[in-house]
Amino acid sequence: MSNLAYNDNMDHMMSDAENFEDGNRGLHYEENLLWEKGHSDTPGVDLPSLKGTKSRTGQSERKNVGLPQVSEPQVMRHFVRLSTKNYSIDSGFFPLGSCTMKHNPRLNEKMARLKGFASIHPMQPTQTVQGALKVMYDLQNWLAELTGLPAVCLTPAAGAHGELAGIMTIRKAHEVQGNTHKDVILVPDSAHGTNPATAVMCGFKTRTISTKETGRVSVEAFKEALYKQDPEGKDVAGMMVTNPNTCGLFERDIQEITDLLHDAGGYFYCDGANFNALVGKIRPGDFGVDVMHINLHKTFSTPHGGGGPGSGPICVAPSLQDYMPSPVVLKEGTAYRLEEEGERETSCGRLRGFQGQFGMHVRALSYMMSHGADGLKQVSEDAVLNANYILSQLKDDYHAPFEGPCMHECLFTDKYQKEYDVTTLDIAKTLIEYGMHPMTVYFPLVVSGAMLVEPTETESKDALDRFISVMKMIAKKARSGDVTELHNYPKSTPRHRLDEVKAAREPKLRWKKGA
Amino acid sequence: MRYLPQTKKGRSEMLEAIDVSSVDALYSDVPKSAFVKGKVNLPDHMGELEVERMLGAYANENHAAPDGPFFLGAGTYYHHVPASVDHIIQRSEFLTAYTPYQPEIAQGTLQAIYEFQTMVAQVTGQDVANSSLYDGATAMAEAALMAMRVTRRKKVVLGNKTHPHYEDVLKSYFENFRGEATIEGPQDIDDQTACVIIQSPDFYGSPENYQIWREKCDAVGALLVVVTNEILSLGLLPAPEEADIVCGEAQSIGLPMSFGGPHLGFFACREKYIRQMPGRLCGETVDASGRRGFVLTLNTREQHIRREKATSNICTNQGLCALAFTVHMALLGEDGFKHLAKLNHEKACELSDTLENAGFKVENETFFNEFVVELPKNSNEIVSTLAEKGIIAGLALEDNKLLVSATEMTAQEDIQTFCETLKEVCA
Amino acid sequence: MSNVKYTDDHEWIKIEDDTAWIGITTYARHALGDLVFLELPEVGRQLNKGEDFAVVESVKAASEIYTPVTGEIVAVNDNLADNLDDLKEDLDKGWIVKVKVSNPEDLEGLMDKSSYDAFVEGLD
Repeated sequence: MSNLAYNDNMDHMMSDAENFEDGNRGLHYEENLLWEKGHSDTPGVDLPSLKGTKSRTGQSERKNVGLPQVSEPQVMRHFVRLSTKNYSIDSGFFPLGSCTMKHNPRLNEKMARLKGFASIHPMQPTQTVQGALKVMYDLQNWLAELTGLPAVCLTPAAGAHGELAGIMTIRKAHEVQGNTHKDVILVPDSAHGTNPATAVMCGFKTRTISTKETGRVSVEAFKEALYKQDPEGKDVAGMMVTNPNTCGLFERDIQEITDLLHDAGGYFYCDGANFNALVGKIRPGDFGVDVMHINLHKTFSTPHGGGGPGSGPICVAPSLQDYMPSPVVLKEGTAYRLEEEGERETSCGRLRGFQGQFGMHVRALSYMMSHGADGLKQVSEDAVLNANYILSQLKDDYHAPFEGPCMHECLFTDKYQKEYDVTTLDIAKTLIEYGMHPMTVYFPLVVSGAMLVEPTETESKDALDRFISVMKMIAKKARSGDVTELHNYPKSTPRHRLDEVKAAREPKLRWKKGA
Repeated sequence: MRYLPQTKKGRSEMLEAIDVSSVDALYSDVPKSAFVKGKVNLPDHMGELEVERMLGAYANENHAAPDGPFFLGAGTYYHHVPASVDHIIQRSEFLTAYTPYQPEIAQGTLQAIYEFQTMVAQVTGQDVANSSLYDGATAMAEAALMAMRVTRRKKVVLGNKTHPHYEDVLKSYFENFRGEATIEGPQDIDDQTACVIIQSPDFYGSPENYQIWREKCDAVGALLVVVTNEILSLGLLPAPEEADIVCGEAQSIGLPMSFGGPHLGFFACREKYIRQMPGRLCGETVDASGRRGFVLTLNTREQHIRREKATSNICTNQGLCALAFTVHMALLGEDGFKHLAKLNHEKACELSDTLENAGFKVENETFFNEFVVELPKNSNEIVSTLAEKGIIAGLALEDNKLLVSATEMTAQEDIQTFCETLKEVCA
Repeated sequence: MSNVKYTDDHEWIKIEDDTAWIGITTYARHALGDLVFLELPEVGRQLNKGEDFAVVESVKAASEIYTPVTGEIVAVNDNLADNLDDLKEDLDKGWIVKVKVSNPEDLEGLMDKSSYDAFVEGLD
């Protein structure tokens, strides 16, 4: 039975009590789609009655939409049952490298839901939203101080959008300065896939810097890329480097590399995905960064929400400040206001409908205030300590491709396990069986079978030790040669391994009647 | 330090296990000059109570929609959100989950996305929808980029009055083409046009006739993109089945206005274009035991794999916002969705009648829940004056015009107060 | 016997008169894994040497297929779209496009079977 559509199958199930099988056992519930439930007479909301006013839309009335219809208790049960099929940071260890799955304080949620924040409109008269503008202004200041980059624009909607904002800022700067010959962005091969995608979207060509040898950008490899077409690197507009990088390492030659880049007239875009290793302790502006995005949903604890909403403010050095997107929040005397359209003539423009993911701004500020200068420093130190502890405990069982110490995440590969026909995928799926979310797998691409582990600072030593024990147990099982189990995990989850080939070959992206 | 579980003892045991003397030794690769001396220049940590007091005071400085009569729309709308919606989206399992890359332990999120995609496709009259985009403005920009990929053409036509911010975003994105791609008006539709973008209802609130635009597009082989920033209008207006892409803003269902975000971009299109579509997609499949399950699919279009050849640089969707939409739509159901749309229209009719009875001229012949009214004085000043009287009047436009909207939140007394006060200040 | 050449991007090229049949090699096929989609070009498109003209997708990867010769596409193997398993080093069924070669000198420098085999050997 591939489809547990209750309405169709319930009758024959009922008639045969001994073989009753609808998938429900104990606390495990199957749940069908909303459209597969009986169509209720009335919806799950009671609305004021209509007066029967004659329509002034000038158009015919909407016919059947095709939506389901169920009562409120059915809706509640439906989504609560679905929720039980999800793993989350509140339920357990979530060492997803480069994603910073840290605790999401509920105070932040409470603050974002205050009437004065949730129920205000983005185009209300300025004098009626001074408190909201103050939140944004304060957040701009906190981010400026933490990054050492004094100009901040909160508008980008997520990390990738922040990248777009950053690279557009660089593009605009070169354009205004007449550097139209600068059309190349340097990107290490270890970079997030969004980096080259963003550069191309902004009309640049990308040139890859190889990091395969040491997991870091070496001065030599950098020079090779910088001077590839032109002896002075005149064609290079900038570089996109994540620091700490996606192998969990700090780019130790960053100062020298940045100096060379600046000499060639290029700007340094830093992908801020890994800021959690530095926050409160090291300021990117002090190692030469010109523009950087910050993932509020990583470093500053706004919830990932199963894939968003994120928020990706950019922090910018004075040299690029005139070109960053608009609007930013300005303070004049004691009054706050948003920049007007076109007020900063050289801005690369508006990137989103309104001024930003304001609800995320409130949450991030609430988190920052809770931690403060002292707490944030402890955040990065604990994050780095936790990752190094895992590295030290697992490096005999798993191949660690690059020399440490690491920053807030540590990288392993499946090199030792592959000899026993156990791959990174198997290791990840076995972790699931043992009640943990896997690390990031098969990324970065610079090593084969990558496993990137980021414990974050919100884990206790006990939690780390349990992860270490499970990982050691998996390594031991692999060495024993009896690996069939490892290929078939997970077994205790609501679903077993899913057929991704089928999903992609015959894309079925929506429910359809009778399909 | 309430969010940090490590203990002094634990820290020192771990340092010993790593075989370093201090945490700073782990930062040996960082240049000395980059370290902050002591602490950053910010306040130290605060307790929950202190944070609440401070942010609570900030919140109280704002005039919120429930504080008085409210008539502002223009791309963000003040609607009621049922209590169950907020409860569901605050459940840990949804709130604190990651993007569902491990489908065995993310079926909840995945099935909800599948339901979201189905609802958006149904509401827009399209074949398929993605799992959401940042907001309406970026969704419109992505639609333009997609049309350019599909047609291999580089001209985008704005057929009618779209939201000015949406237009600005499109212009910003297009600057990346360094003049090689252009944005034109309706007089410039020709065989180089990738798509014609129509907002409906348009920025001034008037619903569009799609058939006329479909014919114009067919004549030159361009795609028709329909944008709506009030998705609720599709409960009353016919589905834009003529379009190749329908996208826009869905904040109206399930989400507070929240000073402009997070909101919910939606994106739907014809089946033949799915591989050109931006954003994440969830698809149905089976698991190793043959049971129905859901996965993220067609990932190869995305930047993780295609890198510089990706369809878009977008990584996240607005996951939790899409969930809020899905829960609210589930509660509304077929009848409730249409009823709510009609209710909005009736409120707008009431507002229009009352304004006209008070002697103001309503410009729109047709509208859904928003329209333009002409004032005898500068509308910017009037908006400001009314704000001082606790009324959020609408959006001031050029030529003494005001864009006003009514929703199910608009009480009859609000309309009365608004019209009377408006008459006073215009006198 | 027809003349078959190979590229270091793992395409095979069968040359018949002035027409090049282009497909992907067994090595490429294995590297991609389970295929899910093939995006085909249109007949009549003019290709420049080194340009990509088709995209083949598996679950985990998407790869462009490049033409080693300049010329016009004179035929497209539409059959492949629904029969992805035919996309392989099969000189009769596995071709993706036929290109009318504009510059025969483009074919110089391509590998023959034995040098390609040696090239692949060196990759592992």
